[in-house]
Amino acid sequence: MTLKPNTYRAGPDEKGHFGPYGGRYVAETLMPLILSVEKAWGEARNDPGFWAEFEGLARDYIGRPSPLYFAEATTRHFGGAKIYFKREELNHTGAHKINHCLGQILLAKRMGKTRIIAETGAGQHGVATATVCALFDLPCTVFMGATDIERQKPNVFRMKLLGAEVRPVTSGSSTLKDAMNEALRDWVANVEDTYYLIGTVGGPHPYPAMVRDFQSVIGKETRTQILERERRLPDSLVACIGGGSNAIGLFHPFLDDSDVKMFGVEAAGYGIETGKHAASLNGGKAGVLHGMQSYFLQDEDGQIQEAHSISAGLDYPGIGPEHAWLFDRKRVQYVSVTDDEAMEAFQLCAKLEGIIPALEPAHAFAHVMRMAPELPKDHIIVLNMSGRGDKDIFTVAEKLGVTI
Amino acid sequence: MTNRIDRRFNSLKTKGRSGLVTFVTAGDPDYARSLEILNALPGAGADLIELGMPFSDPMADGPAIQAASQRALKSGANMKQTFQMVRAFREGHKKTPLVLMGYLNPVLAFGPLAFMDEAAESGVDGLIIVDLPPEEDVDIRVLARERDIHIIRLVAPTTDDARLPVVLKGAGGFLYFVSITGVTGTASADASKVAVSVARLRQSSDLPVAVGFGIKTPGDAAEMAKAADAVVVGSAIVTTIADHLDAPDMPQKVLEQVKALREALDQETMS
Repeated sequence: MTLKPNTYRAGPDEKGHFGPYGGRYVAETLMPLILSVEKAWGEARNDPGFWAEFEGLARDYIGRPSPLYFAEATTRHFGGAKIYFKREELNHTGAHKINHCLGQILLAKRMGKTRIIAETGAGQHGVATATVCALFDLPCTVFMGATDIERQKPNVFRMKLLGAEVRPVTSGSSTLKDAMNEALRDWVANVEDTYYLIGTVGGPHPYPAMVRDFQSVIGKETRTQILERERRLPDSLVACIGGGSNAIGLFHPFLDDSDVKMFGVEAAGYGIETGKHAASLNGGKAGVLHGMQSYFLQDEDGQIQEAHSISAGLDYPGIGPEHAWLFDRKRVQYVSVTDDEAMEAFQLCAKLEGIIPALEPAHAFAHVMRMAPELPKDHIIVLNMSGRGDKDIFTVAEKLGVTI
Repeated sequence: MTNRIDRRFNSLKTKGRSGLVTFVTAGDPDYARSLEILNALPGAGADLIELGMPFSDPMADGPAIQAASQRALKSGANMKQTFQMVRAFREGHKKTPLVLMGYLNPVLAFGPLAFMDEAAESGVDGLIIVDLPPEEDVDIRVLARERDIHIIRLVAPTTDDARLPVVLKGAGGFLYFVSITGVTGTASADASKVAVSVARLRQSSDLPVAVGFGIKTPGDAAEMAKAADAVVVGSAIVTTIADHLDAPDMPQKVLEQVKALREALDQETMS
C-alpha cells in the first residue's frame, strides 16, 4: 500500500469521519437503512456500468461538460486577476444540484426503492429532485418550510408541474432545517420503499462523501479545461457555501495541489456581528445535527439557531463535515459576504457579463470583487457560477424597491 | 454495577408487576408546573421517569413531543434548569429511577464531562440519546460507566440479527424496544409483532425490555405489557398537557391519566 500522509483527498474513514466531523448520528430505526445506502453506494461507485449511465445522462440530459468561460469584461473591470467562470448555471434546471440528483436517483433505482423524498430551502434542490423523479417515473415528495413556500412560489409551481408533491413544513421555524427534520421523520416511517435524496454534502455518512463524489465532476472538468486553456492550474478557486456541495465539487480534485488557493464564501446576512447570518464556520461552533458532526449556528445551550441570508440556498445553520475539517486544517479559507455585498455583485455581474447569477454565486462574485483588483494579471481565478438568477429576481426586485 | 434502574426492575419482577415508564419534557409547559407533575408521577403509578431534555430539532419525535420541546424552550428551559429539576425531584424521591432522554447536541454544548458530572450529582440513573448510535457513543459510554449511569439503547423493528449484537454491546439498564417504524406518538403498535420481537431480544439479552413509541391508551399499555417488562407512555401524556394548558387542574388531569394506565397494567398482571 502506498501511504499518502499529506493527502487531503483520502477522507472520510470507514465510519464516515473527516477528522472529528461527519459520522452517523441518527436514530436506531434509520441505522440499518443508512448502512444499506452505504453498502449500495460502495458497490455502485466501483461499478463501471453505474458510471457509464451517470456520464451518459450527464452529457445528454444535464448538458455536461459545462463550459469554462473567460470572463473578459469582469477581468478588465477589476484590472487585476484573470477571471474564469465555471458555468454550472447552464446545466439543465439551472444549477449544480442536478449533478447529485442524477447520481442519487440512479443509486435509488439500483437499491430497488420506489419512492423518493427530499428537503428543499429555495426550491432548487427540490426542482432538481422532482426533475430526475419525472425522468425515472418515481413518485416524489418534497418537504419545504411553509415560510420558504411563501417566498419561493415559482419553484413550488415548477415542482408541482414536474409531478412532485410539495409538503409544507410548519414545525420549528418552518425553514430548511425543519424541512430536513421532517424528511428524516418521513424516512423513519417509510424505511422499506423510500430513498432520501439529500441535497447537500451533509447528513449521515455516506451522504457527504457520495454527494461530493457526484459533484466532483465540476472540479474534474475545470482541471481539464483550464489545463487546455492556460496550460497550468488556476491560482485561486472561489465558491459560495451553504451546505457546501458546489464548493466541495470544485475544490476536491484540487485539494492536493498546494499552489491552488481556495476560498469558500459563507453568507454573512446582515453581518456576522448582528447574529443574523448563515456563516456556520465563522459564526457557529461544533456540534451534531441532521446525522453529522460539524459546525452549526447554536446558542450556548446547544439549541440550533435560525440562519439568515438573502439567498435561500445559503440559508442553512450548518455546513458539510468535510468543510468543517478543511476549515480546521486551514486548507480552504472560509470568508463571508453580506446580503448587501451580494446584491451589489448580483447587479454588477449581470451588467458586465450578461449573466444573471443566482444570489448564491453572487456571494462568490462579491469575494472576487474584493480580491481580484489587488492581484497580478497572471493570477488565475476560477469562480463557480453554481446557479442562474432567474429564481431570485423577485427577491432582488423587492430589495431594490421595484414592483414587478 | 447496579443502580436504581436495576433495583426497580428487580423489584417489579419479584412482585410480578408490569412496569410503567412515563415520559414528560422538562420545563413543559413551564418549570413550576413541570416539576409539580414530575413530583407526583411516582405516586400516580410511574415506576420509572423519563425526563425529556428539550431540543430545537427533535428529529425522532412526532408532533406532540416536538410541541412539548417548543413549549419548554419558550418558557426558558435549558440543560442547567433540567438538572435543577432532577435535583428537586431527588429531594423527595430516593428510589424512583430517572432517565434523561434527548438529543446529543445539548449534551455536547454543556460539555460531555460536565454533563456527566451534573447527571451523577443530581441523581440521574440512565441516559437515552436518540441520535447517538452505538458506533459513536464510546466517549459518552465511558464517562457514564465511571459514574454508574446506564446508557440505554433503542432497538428498532429495523434492527436485524446482524446488527443486534452491536446494539446490545454496552447496553445497560433496560432495552427500549421501539414498537413502530416511525416517530414518537404516531402509529399504534401491533401487539403480536411486538411480542415476537421482544421474544427475540430475550434470547440475546438478559436486560429487561420496555416497549414504547406507539402506546397511547390504558388498553394499549395492558396489551403491550403482556410481552414486555415495562411500557413507555410519552406522547399521550404530553398531549394531555397540551390539551389543558390553561386549565388550573392540568397537572391533575395528567396524574389521572397515569393512574388509569397503572390500573390497566395491574389488572393485566392479575388476570
